[in-house]
Amino acid sequence: MIDRAQVLHVARLARLELTDDEVGTMSRELSAVLDHIEKIGELQLDDVPATSHVIDVVNALRPDEPVPSLPREQALANAPEVVDDGFGVPSPGAA
Amino acid sequence: MSADLIALSARDAAEQIRHGRISADELFAAYRERAAADAAKGEDGLNAYTWVADVTPSAPAASDAAPLAGVPLAVKDLFCTEGVPSQSGSKILAGYRPPYNATVVDKLASAGTTLLGKTNQDEFAMGSSNENSAFGAVRNPWDASRVPGGSSGGSAAAVAAGLAPWALGTDTGGSIRQPAALCGIVGLKPTYGSVSRYGMIAFASSLDQAGPFARDVTDTALLYRHMVGRDGRDSTSLQHPDEIALPKGVDLKGIRLGVPEELIGEGVESGVREAFNQTLALAEQLGATVETTHLPHAPHALSAYYLIAPAEASSNLARFDGVRYGLRADADDLLSMYTRTRAEGFGPEVKRRIMLGTYALSSGYYDAYYGRAQKVRTKIAEDFRSAFDSFDFIVTPSAPTVAFKLGEKTADPLEMYLQDFCTIPMSLAGIPAISIPNGLSDGLPVGFQIAGPAFSENRLLDAAYVLEQALGFDGSKVRA
Amino acid sequence: MSDGSGYEPVIGLEIHVQLKTNTKMFCGCELSFGDPPNVHTCPVCLGLPGALPVVNARAIHYALMVGMALGCELAPRSIFHRKNYFYPDLPKGYQISQYDIPICSGGRLGDVRIHRAHLEEDAAKLVHVGASGRIHGADASVVDYNRGGTPLVEIVTEPDVRSAAQAREWLTLLRETLRQLGVSDVNMEEGSLRCDANVSIRPVGSDVLGTKTELKNMNSFRYLERGVEAEIARQIALVQSGEEVVQETLHYDPVSGSISSLRSKEEAHDYRYFPEPDLVPVVLTETMIEGARAELPELPAARAERYESALGLSADSARLLAFRPELGAYFEAALAVDGESPQVLANWISGELVARIGDEDPAASKVTPAAIAQLVALVRGRAVTQGAAKTVLDRLVADGGEPQAIVDAEGLGAIGGGDELTEVVKRALESDPAAVEKLKGGNMKAIGPIVGFVMRETKGRADGGEVTRLVREQLGL
Repeated sequence: MIDRAQVLHVARLARLELTDDEVGTMSRELSAVLDHIEKIGELQLDDVPATSHVIDVVNALRPDEPVPSLPREQALANAPEVVDDGFGVPSPGAA
Repeated sequence: MSADLIALSARDAAEQIRHGRISADELFAAYRERAAADAAKGEDGLNAYTWVADVTPSAPAASDAAPLAGVPLAVKDLFCTEGVPSQSGSKILAGYRPPYNATVVDKLASAGTTLLGKTNQDEFAMGSSNENSAFGAVRNPWDASRVPGGSSGGSAAAVAAGLAPWALGTDTGGSIRQPAALCGIVGLKPTYGSVSRYGMIAFASSLDQAGPFARDVTDTALLYRHMVGRDGRDSTSLQHPDEIALPKGVDLKGIRLGVPEELIGEGVESGVREAFNQTLALAEQLGATVETTHLPHAPHALSAYYLIAPAEASSNLARFDGVRYGLRADADDLLSMYTRTRAEGFGPEVKRRIMLGTYALSSGYYDAYYGRAQKVRTKIAEDFRSAFDSFDFIVTPSAPTVAFKLGEKTADPLEMYLQDFCTIPMSLAGIPAISIPNGLSDGLPVGFQIAGPAFSENRLLDAAYVLEQALGFDGSKVRA
Repeated sequence: MSDGSGYEPVIGLEIHVQLKTNTKMFCGCELSFGDPPNVHTCPVCLGLPGALPVVNARAIHYALMVGMALGCELAPRSIFHRKNYFYPDLPKGYQISQYDIPICSGGRLGDVRIHRAHLEEDAAKLVHVGASGRIHGADASVVDYNRGGTPLVEIVTEPDVRSAAQAREWLTLLRETLRQLGVSDVNMEEGSLRCDANVSIRPVGSDVLGTKTELKNMNSFRYLERGVEAEIARQIALVQSGEEVVQETLHYDPVSGSISSLRSKEEAHDYRYFPEPDLVPVVLTETMIEGARAELPELPAARAERYESALGLSADSARLLAFRPELGAYFEAALAVDGESPQVLANWISGELVARIGDEDPAASKVTPAAIAQLVALVRGRAVTQGAAKTVLDRLVADGGEPQAIVDAEGLGAIGGGDELTEVVKRALESDPAAVEKLKGGNMKAIGPIVGFVMRETKGRADGGEVTRLVREQLGL
C-alpha cells in the first residue's frame, strides 16, 4: 500500500509534478502492482548473493587517451536555452 | 516488379544486389514507398514509422566487408542515429536529433545496410502493446484493430507488413519476442552483452539488449551476425565466442527440450497452448525429446523484473530534465522547471514506472525491494543453469495470448505486465531466446519461444530453423 | 585542545582531489582549466541519451597510488554506484561514485586515520548570470560542462583532528603527499583540492560525539583554519547558551568570516544509491598493484621518519625538510658532500638559506649543495664563526662561488687561538679594569663587555668560546 503522502514524497524525489487526480490514480495503481510484487517477500533469500550483472566481466577499462570532443555548436544544438555559450537554466535559488 | 522485390528475403536481396540482378536503389525505393505511404496515413495506417528516409542513401558497394550492401534496415526509434530523429517514443525527446550513431547502427551501416526509417515504439520501451507511444499506437498488420505487441511494435509491424525487410529492436523483458510473436515474424533476444548498448536510449541497463527482427530465421541470423561484438564504449559488452553462422539442419535428433511447468500455466490461453503442444509433438517427430521441467523461481520473475527495471529506469530517465536537450516547460524556478518538464514530457506508463522505481530505491525500501529482487534474479539464473544441465533448450509460448484489441488492457497495468510472463525470466538470466511463428490461433499469429544458455545462439538458431522449416508458416498475406 | 571553554572540537575532513589524468573519468574528453565553456564535452559527459561511461584506467592507477600513500587497504574488487539527485551541474541526474565498496579503505597519514578513499566524477560548473541576456527575464544560471566528469578521489578522514590549526597542518601534509605522488595539481584556489570539514564539539574528557555540521567552501588553507575556528566558536557559544547544534551543511564566507546554512531542510536527501549497471567491477590484478607501487616516490611522512630515525634530526627539522620535497632533495645532496653534522646542516638550510631565498627551489639558487655543506664544515672546524658564516652565505646567495674562496677574499676567517687573539684579549682586559674586578670576584656576566671589545676589534672573526677560554686563562680563573 502506498498512500497519497508517499506518492507525493516519491514524486518529489523523481521531480514529477502530479495533478491531484494523478496522485490518487498513482496511489491505487502502484499499490496494486506492489501487492503483486511483494510476494517475493515470501522467499527465503538470506544467503543468496545479489545479481547486478549477469555477465562475468570485470575491468572494462579505457586507456587514458583523449578523443575529440564535440564542437560547441553541436553540444549546444539541442539545448532549450543557450546563454553565454552555455546551457541556460532558471537559477536554483530563484523562487 | 516492386512486389517481387518486397517478396525477397533480406538474404536473397543482398545476394541479388551482389550479382547485379537488382539495384540497391530500386530495392530501397520499393520499401521507402511502402513505408512512406503507411507513414502518410498516420494513425489510420499501421503507424509503424516515426520517421522515413526521404532520400535514398548511398550504399557502399557490395563486398566481403559490406555483405549486406544495399539492404534497407528499419531501426527502432530508441537507437541514436546521427542527425535523424531519435525520440524513444517520447514527447520529452520530440524532434531530438543526436550528434552520434549507436554502435550497432554504425556496425550495420558498415556491413552495408541503409537506414530506411525509425520505427514507432512504446515510450522508452515501456509497454507490451505499443499503445504507450507519444506518436500514436501501432496497429497489427494481421488485424488493424489489434496491437502489434511491444515495446518494439513498430519494428515488428513493419517487418510483418513488408514495410521493411528486417528491423532492429530491443528487448528488456520481452520487447522483441512478444511483438515478433504477435506479428508472426522471428525475433531474437540475444545473450546480454553480445550486442553493444552504446547509443541505445536506455530503459533498464542491466536488461536491455538489442536484437534483430526478420521474416525468417536465416535473415535473423544474418542480421545478428553483423550486430555482435565487444565495444570499447560499452563496459558490459563482450565478444561472442562464435562467429554467427547461417542456420542449418534437417532434424532435432538428440536435442532435449525442457518445458517449464511454471511458464505454461493458467495464464496461457487455450489457442496458444494448443499451438504450443502441436509444435512440441512436431519437435518429437523431428527427433527431439520433450520433457517437463521446473524453473522454481520463475513465478517470481515478474515481480523481480518490475522492481529492477523500473528502479534502473527511474535513474536512467533522470537525465531528461530540460537542461541540455528535449522538451523544457516554462518555469521561473529550477524545481518547477524540472517537475513540469517531466510532467509534460513523460506519458502515464513512464511516470508509473519512474514512481515505482524511485520508491523501490528510496531510503528504507531498498533491501526489501531492489535488494531482494536482485537475489531473486540470482535464483532465476541458477534455475536456468541447472535446467541446462539436463536440457539443450527451454521452450515456452512466447506470449500467453495472441494480439489483443487496442485499449483492451490499458486500464489495468498489471494485466499488461503479465504479457511478458514467459519472456521475463530469460531477460533476468541474460540468456538468448528466440520467438518463431507457431501458426495461427483464430487467424492471429502465435509465437514459440526457444531459450538456450548464454552464447548458444548458433545452436538456438539451428533448432529454430529446423522447426521453422517443419512448421512452414506463411506470413506473406499480410505483406501484400 | 582545551581553550578553557570546557569543550573540545572533534573534526573530520572530506577532501576532493581532482586527478591529473589526460581525460575525464568516464569519457575521452580532455581535462581543462580556464578554457571557454563547453568545448570539452561529448555524448558521455553531456549525459546524452544512449551514451555509456567507461572507466579511465589511469584514474584507477592514481587512486591506487593515493591508497598506498595513505596506507589504505585496497579493495580486491570494488564497484561503482549511482548517487541520484537532480541538479543542472549533474548531466545524468546521478553521479557515478563508489558507495559500499570503495577502492581504498582504512589507513593513516600522520596522526590522522583515513576512513576511506574512493573514485567519483566531478560535477560541471554552474555560474549565476542574473536576469540579463535571458529570454524570460527571470534569474538565470549557465552550465559549463567542461569540468563535468573530471576524475576525483574523495578522501574521508576519521574524526581525529582536534583543532583548526591541526586541520590546516594536516591538509598541508596531505597536499604535499598528493603533489609528490604527481596525481593532482592540488591547487585549492583552482579547485583541484577541495576540503570540507565535519565539525562537532564535546565536553573535554567525553568520548561521545556531538552533533556535527558540515562546513563547505574553504578554498584556501587559511580559510580552512579560520572557518573551522569560527564554527567551533559558534558551536560552543550555542551550547553554552543552552541551545543545540543542528545537523546541517554550512557555508563559510571568508570575506565576512560568517557562517550560514547552505541548504534549508526543505528535503532530506535520499540519494537512492544502487550499483551502476553500466559499469562492471574493478578487480585488482597484480600488474595493477605493482604498477602503482613502482611509481610511488618516497612520501613526506616516510621521509620525515627517515630523517628522524636515520639522521637524528629533530621532528621539526625533519618535517620542514620532508614536506618540501625540493628542500629535502637539496638537503640530501648537501649531506652527500658532508654528512658529519646533519642537524646543523638542516638548520642552515631550513633556517638561514630559506630566510634568504624564500619559496624558491634551492637547487635553482646560486648556492650549490656542496657550497652550503662546505660552509657548515668551516663553521664546525671553527675556521669561520657563525656570524661570519652568515656573511659568507649572503655572498653565496648573491653571487654563488666557493665558501673558502669568499672567506679568503674577504678576510672572514676566524681568528684562531694564536697570538693575535691572545693579544686582543689582553688589550680588552686592560681597557676595562672594573670588569676584570668583577670577573675575579666570580661574576662571569661581566665578560660581556670584554667579548664585545674583542668582536669589535676582530670584526666578528673571533670565536666567542675561545675568547672566554683566553679570558679565564689570562685572569687565572
